[in-house]
Amino acid sequence: MSKTLVTLHVNERAYEVAVRPQDTLALALRDGCGLTGTKVGCDLGTCGCCTVLVDGRPVLGCLTLALEVEGRRIETIEGLAGAERLHPVQKAFAECGGSQCGYCTPGFVMTSVALLRTNGAPSRDEIKEAIAGNLCRCTGYAKIVDAVEQAATELRQAGNEASPTTDAHRSGGSNDARLQGRRQPATARR
Amino acid sequence: MTQDFKVVGSRPPLVDSWKKVTGQAVYGDDVRFPNTLICRLLRSTQPHARILRIDTSRAAAMPGVRAVVTGADAPARFGVLPISQDEEAMATDKVRYIGDIVAAVAADDEAAAAAAVDAIEVVYEKLPEYFTTAEGLDPVEEPIHAWTVDGSNVQKRVDQHFGDMDGALEQAAVKPRAFFDFIGVGHAFTEPHAVTAVPEADGRLSLYTPTQVPHYVHRALAKVLDMPLHRVRVFRTAVGGGFGGKSDPFPHEMCACLLARRTQQPVRLTFDLEEIFLTNRGRHPGTYDVQVAFDEHGRMLGLDAAAIIDGGAFASFGVVTTYYNGVLSQGPYKIPNFRYSGRRVYTNKAPCGAMRGHGAVNARYAIESVIDMAAEELRIDPIELRLRNVLEPYSKTTNEFRITSNGIRECLERVRDETGWQGKKGKLPLGKGIGVACGFFISGSALPIHKTRTPQSTVHLQIDIYGGITAHSQGAEIGQGSDTVIAIAVAEVLGVPLDFVRVRSEDSDTAPLDLGAYSSRGCFMIGNAAREAALVIRDKLARAAERLTGHAAGDFDFRDAEVFARSDASVRVSYFEALTEALADNGALIAKGWYQSPRMGGTFKGAGAGLAPAYSFSACIAEVDVDLETGLVKCTAMALAHDCGRALNRLAVEGQIEGCMHMGLGQALLEEMRYDRGRITNPNLLDYKILGPFETPDMKVIIVESEDKEGPFGGKEAGEGPLICVLPALGNALYDAVGYRSRQLPVRPERVFEHLRKLRRAEAGMSKTWGATGR
Ligand code: FES
Ligand code: FES
Repeated sequence: MSKTLVTLHVNERAYEVAVRPQDTLALALRDGCGLTGTKVGCDLGTCGCCTVLVDGRPVLGCLTLALEVEGRRIETIEGLAGAERLHPVQKAFAECGGSQCGYCTPGFVMTSVALLRTNGAPSRDEIKEAIAGNLCRCTGYAKIVDAVEQAATELRQAGNEASPTTDAHRSGGSNDARLQGRRQPATARR
Repeated sequence: MTQDFKVVGSRPPLVDSWKKVTGQAVYGDDVRFPNTLICRLLRSTQPHARILRIDTSRAAAMPGVRAVVTGADAPARFGVLPISQDEEAMATDKVRYIGDIVAAVAADDEAAAAAAVDAIEVVYEKLPEYFTTAEGLDPVEEPIHAWTVDGSNVQKRVDQHFGDMDGALEQAAVKPRAFFDFIGVGHAFTEPHAVTAVPEADGRLSLYTPTQVPHYVHRALAKVLDMPLHRVRVFRTAVGGGFGGKSDPFPHEMCACLLARRTQQPVRLTFDLEEIFLTNRGRHPGTYDVQVAFDEHGRMLGLDAAAIIDGGAFASFGVVTTYYNGVLSQGPYKIPNFRYSGRRVYTNKAPCGAMRGHGAVNARYAIESVIDMAAEELRIDPIELRLRNVLEPYSKTTNEFRITSNGIRECLERVRDETGWQGKKGKLPLGKGIGVACGFFISGSALPIHKTRTPQSTVHLQIDIYGGITAHSQGAEIGQGSDTVIAIAVAEVLGVPLDFVRVRSEDSDTAPLDLGAYSSRGCFMIGNAAREAALVIRDKLARAAERLTGHAAGDFDFRDAEVFARSDASVRVSYFEALTEALADNGALIAKGWYQSPRMGGTFKGAGAGLAPAYSFSACIAEVDVDLETGLVKCTAMALAHDCGRALNRLAVEGQIEGCMHMGLGQALLEEMRYDRGRITNPNLLDYKILGPFETPDMKVIIVESEDKEGPFGGKEAGEGPLICVLPALGNALYDAVGYRSRQLPVRPERVFEHLRKLRRAEAGMSKTWGATGR
């Protein structure tokens, strides 16, 4: 199948990537941009490992087509650190033991970053709600929730975190139903 | 051994977690080489069939296809255990399960590889199919493998008898017996299998693979590829979860290597999630028939058990599993009389193998359930009954396991006291319940899989003028924290901050041999090897300090990057001064430490199975809330006390224990591999559910430190043992809640519901009444 050249704006850099119509964002990031920090666990929308942010909102890279996000603002795990330090969420995941094998970690970190931009002081239940679409087989989630709490505290103390994105997000962002509809807990009760 | 440690016992982040939180860690599918081909596999669509013909000619001629290989290209058999080498890179004469590899293709891209796989023609002749253990116990028309017992599908039989079991049963005041049925579960690690094979310019072959057992992969590759061991290199990538699911050398690893050698190009192969379920290697399904005998004082007289486990199509670790289902029942209680019969039966389903708590989990559920039944009959509190029977520290089991440090008593007492057990047990309203169970596990298998006198773990250290310490080891970091154990041991001994140490554990070209991440051996064996190596370095630095100060080397201690005299604090040099002196006229400091288990155990057949240099102990209390309308069981709280000897890294130990609770509860409540005539029907994470954040209860972790005399700084395992007591604690809590003893796992809400309906009919006779819940 023939490929189309698209420009993906990832971590504030433009990547020209040749994609087939059916190529997912996760594939384009990994193979096209060389950003292998975004993981693919199930490729079916069930594990959350592939979570990245599009216009500030967490989406599943394996259920999003590369073609649909041309020109949108994409953030991945590789783009979080800056100013000679890790993002507080990254730091907290390491310090609190929120990462063991680490394969789920980029997805959890991105999901948590998005949460903390809209809710600076989430309760433990709100954190669980936010991460309910991500699966972790190693940690039992407790230390992941600890990590998000710690990061929230640190961010509050620092007094800010990229409010422009917060505003963009609040004011509507995308209308794409799939992007908005991703918050399906992967483990809905049987 | 009361010492004040600096690093040991602290809560450092895992040393490899920084690259994991930044996306820098390189997992199987993240390995990128130029000019790489993509591999896809043709898998059997038949559960059991003879291969009459494979025609690859059309596939091989397709555009973009570089090579196609079949079983004929590498017929040598392999397997993780030398005694049961029954696997092939690809099926040669017949296929044995749906998913068995038949052919492999390397092509320029994924699409070309997939198209070529579709173009391969295979003609099968169907053979009789066997999906249950029952039909394989006696001779069958077409045994799944040629070397089964007497023409049946039985792969392994274990029969053990210690003492006089029949006598014990005769004497017993109570002797509850029950029959249990366990459905298979899978590891559900998040990273699918993904490997890259690279033909090196000098004719060697490298395999990049997320494996728990690089050394066993190395051996199997050499055998199947018919290459000398030194021409093969295994590079362990970051491993996205193992839990035993990456502890076999795999056929797909062989396929990628064969194709790389054939094409002289790197070959990458990544499974999709369905293939993970298709090829399984998870916990064995099986049945467990168990009877326990107690006298009227609640002293355990004996245990009589029979396990029949469903191995699937290949042996994998199955011989060990067959033993473990019996021998790991020998603790944590003193069991004077013991009888066990185990059978592992091949079936035409995906192979089962090792999974966290290997061989001990289902058996433990059964045993702790009948112990609970005995407690009820004897009218003794279940914790009290257990306390009356636990093994003493530094004792021996009936089958001659050498028990060293043992904190089981403290584990039980602490979960009891820290959950308010006394106020809850038997006192909760209908629908709410509390249950207890114990666990027991090996802290590293004392016997290596291959008979050899090479140490089980070796660690090399190297320090140059920069001061950083490089530790080389083949210990397989899989997220459990083994690299961090090395760093902690070295930093502790040399009195330097943790970030002075970097661990290189990936590459078989530089890493001294280690047997890998299985049998919970890492902490004990690698930890000891690292500590030994660091002591050698410490000695060199102390002698350098002696040359600098004139003070006796033996009096120096190491702390905060300083070397100082214990008897005179004014005599001190910095770590760097000592190092510079030690390097003078000498060059980089190097040292080696190794670990080998002491000789131990009995002389009877099978005496080696389950031997370990130390054992871990645990106790768990679960609290449940049963929905009386639907039968749905929710675990509301869990407390688990685990004796890990000493927590070298408290953060990691807590993480392991929490992960064990999560995984154990998953098996108890939700997880099951469902098969329909050999075909798995739920090969994805929507239909095979693992617990999410809301289904995981509040978890209380209690670390018990019995300080093992032989463990590194007193440490023992914490990665697997804690899982074992989780399931029976849940089962016993369910019984306490509604009087329903689940003899099958996972607990099915419909069965609980059925039970509740019967209860409702017999309402009048119950001590717990519907009235208690306001109905
Ligand atoms: S890889 Fe996208 S949800 Fe699993
Ligand atoms: S850390 Fe391994 S899956 Fe979450």
